[in-house]
Amino acid sequence: MIWIDSLIQGILLGGLYALFAAGLSLVFGIMRLVNLAHGDLIVFSAYITLAFVSLLGIHPFVAAFVAAPVMFGIGWLLQRLVLNRVLGPDILPPLLVTFGLSIVLQNALLETWSADSRRLSVGALETASLSLGPITVGILPVMTFFTAVLAIIILNHISFKTELGRAFRATSDDPVTAQLMGIRPNSIFATAMGLAMVIAVIAALYLGIRANFDPSIGPARLIYAFEAVIIGGLGSLWGTLLGGIIIGVAQTIGATINPEWQILAGHIAFLVVLSIKPRGLMPRAFD
Amino acid sequence: MYHVETKTRASKIAFYGGIIVLIIAVALPFFAGRATIQDIFFILTMLVLAQWWNLLAGYGGLVSVGQQAFVGMGAYAMFGMVILQGWDPVPSILIAGLAALILAIPTAFFAFRLQGAYFAIGTWVIAEVTRLSVAQWKQLGGGTGTSLPRSATKNMRGVEWVKDLLDVKTSAARDILAYWLALIMAVLTIGFIYWLLRSRRGLGLSALRDNFTTAKSLGVDAVAIKWFVFLISALGTGLAGGLIYMQKARISPDAAFSVLDWTAYVIFIVVIGGIGTIEGPIIGVIVFFLLQNMLADYGSWYLLILGVIGITIMLFAPKGLWGLFSQRTGIQIFPVQRRLVNKNQNSEDKNNG
Amino acid sequence: MSLLTTHNLTAYYGDFQALFGVDIELNSGETIAIIGANGAGKTTLMRSISGVLRNASNSVLYEGTAIGAKESDAVMRDGIAMIPEGRKLFPSLSVKENLLIGTFGRKVNGYWTLKAIYDLFPILQEKADAPATSLSGGQQQMVAIGRALISNPKVLLCDEISLGLAPVVIRDIYAAFPKIKASGASVIVVEQDIAQALKVADRVYCMMEGRVTLSGKPNDLTREDIQDAYFGRITK
Repeated sequence: MIWIDSLIQGILLGGLYALFAAGLSLVFGIMRLVNLAHGDLIVFSAYITLAFVSLLGIHPFVAAFVAAPVMFGIGWLLQRLVLNRVLGPDILPPLLVTFGLSIVLQNALLETWSADSRRLSVGALETASLSLGPITVGILPVMTFFTAVLAIIILNHISFKTELGRAFRATSDDPVTAQLMGIRPNSIFATAMGLAMVIAVIAALYLGIRANFDPSIGPARLIYAFEAVIIGGLGSLWGTLLGGIIIGVAQTIGATINPEWQILAGHIAFLVVLSIKPRGLMPRAFD
Repeated sequence: MYHVETKTRASKIAFYGGIIVLIIAVALPFFAGRATIQDIFFILTMLVLAQWWNLLAGYGGLVSVGQQAFVGMGAYAMFGMVILQGWDPVPSILIAGLAALILAIPTAFFAFRLQGAYFAIGTWVIAEVTRLSVAQWKQLGGGTGTSLPRSATKNMRGVEWVKDLLDVKTSAARDILAYWLALIMAVLTIGFIYWLLRSRRGLGLSALRDNFTTAKSLGVDAVAIKWFVFLISALGTGLAGGLIYMQKARISPDAAFSVLDWTAYVIFIVVIGGIGTIEGPIIGVIVFFLLQNMLADYGSWYLLILGVIGITIMLFAPKGLWGLFSQRTGIQIFPVQRRLVNKNQNSEDKNNG
Repeated sequence: MSLLTTHNLTAYYGDFQALFGVDIELNSGETIAIIGANGAGKTTLMRSISGVLRNASNSVLYEGTAIGAKESDAVMRDGIAMIPEGRKLFPSLSVKENLLIGTFGRKVNGYWTLKAIYDLFPILQEKADAPATSLSGGQQQMVAIGRALISNPKVLLCDEISLGLAPVVIRDIYAAFPKIKASGASVIVVEQDIAQALKVADRVYCMMEGRVTLSGKPNDLTREDIQDAYFGRITK
């Protein structure tokens, strides 16, 4: 029974990882940019949400609503002013600039908020649970999972059923020709980054409620996000969810065997999938 | 008659200048204090790490954010040989290199399945896997780490000789020994890399970096070169890791596999100095050392400033400080560019840059 | 009525000069053809007009405004639509989506709607949901034309639309021109297929090595004149 329980927990954890990964996947899909600061931006969003909670005395969920447009703006500016300059065929500049950004963010957070662990409290919701026959599941993990599914549905809807989504895909295919169609690639990229940051806020909300956070946990989130994207296959958001689930399940099963093996188990699962299916389980992008 | 040349006037001057610097460096322990020796040891080992990362990323186009795996693996292998097999620390450094080389094989197998930035993160994941696995190695201290036993450090090969030569205490003698080893390692590393880039393989490497498809169509074996560069960088990095931790004499998984110390700082050094040149990391490590001295007291501001400088350089001066200098003046100290020279003419083509 | 003119248009690719002071004029309602061999500078001219290549501001005048330095998205929004060389459809988009993307930057009510494009090229309605790049060359060219028309442009730039297509297909494509002209668009056609270009144009320019070597009405030009201008036996 403990294994079924672990499996369920793992699947639900996968929802959180999918939320970490969705923004990364979106940005890579549209502008071929892998943002090494992605994890730190999620942590940053958590701190922003926390700031609104303390400043305005509001509930974290409401604070996230307020933080979302703020982070959209920050992402938009970041892309417009800094990251648009490094897009191009050379892989070094975006890698090194986003790596530097990661360091800057971590230390800026450290200076502003200290290394103390923080939490977003939602009171009773944190421990509320649901009985499904022989198993109990936490309400929060279930909410996280369904939020991830909803986010993916919405992102896919945007991508395939809206004019903006068409512009995203066209710009991703061929920015020069897209510009000939009246699209401004620089603005599209900035909008995409802004959107990715909105997802980051949602991910940060669930991250911050579920566990303690401090300025240094960004890189680990980046790695889980990245693993989920690679396992799932570049270009597929549902694949990213599947990838998140695989990592989540591997981690929880690993932890059940030996708590020290939790994180290692996730990485091993990633390496196994990578060696059998290098393009991921549901690859799709024209690379 | 035409022939191919790489020497420049600056390089000839620098060669003789370098000999002088080298003589001073070798003689340094005779007149410098222990703190200075330790500082220069740090500079030399960071320089070695930076040169290998630069070969990998700047010349090979393989941006790794996981070289700390090889530093850590090398360091732990060295500790393992000393603590578990009773070896002397100095020859154990060679095993450190070997261990890193062996680790590099499955690393490359997995990582080469990924491209570009995903390759980078892939190397990071493997470093994490290595760190987490090594932390399970209870005989070497598990998650908290361990120290080299006094018996091993006191009787280290060469320490007695240094003690007699310079009339210093054991611990100082150890530092001086480590310093000389670091000097040898730095000279050999730079020498090897310079030789490699001037060799045919080096030409292939440059060609691959400049235009992948064309190079391949001309017969440059891309896969073989990638493997070669990756393995040799791992070997060099592992050797450096072994030496660094021989000097520290105390190890823990978080320290030996630290992304900050062995990747972030290294990348900073190469980027500031100038990626894709041999001179770059040399400049970079000096700037890094000076910054560290100036700002060490400021905690996270130090790293923040480092990060901002790194970003700024990458945005506005992507060829780094040496790149700016070299572009202005056309000077190359380690010229690897081949020029076609007509023996019948006395003037050399000035267009190298 | 002069709609679009270039004045002493000069263009470089790095150190290489591709255009040496080109002057052309497009009048409202006209179709002009620009012919010339490979490398003559025709595509460079198109890229300069459409804003892909940016030049001196007043080297290109459109409706009295200097647009030479404008970016291509701004030029498109002003009503100059380009059918690029090689068609350049978006592989991630279906046929219908490729057509619709043409309205992203410019939404103008006019003759050309999705339905009107389907009337012009019925096969596109049949294949509306297929990935655009799965179509044949000729059909892709139809998509590219539709994508440009759907924004109801005032000026249509057609860069080598016959390239790589069989003669029968080329005829079908050019059969659409009367309707295009009737809708009020002024057209610049760049072509290596001289016969087709002369059939559809009101006036012709011939280019060679970055310069205009001949211009005039198709009826007024002899075959010899054109051959000379094309291959370079005379310069203007």
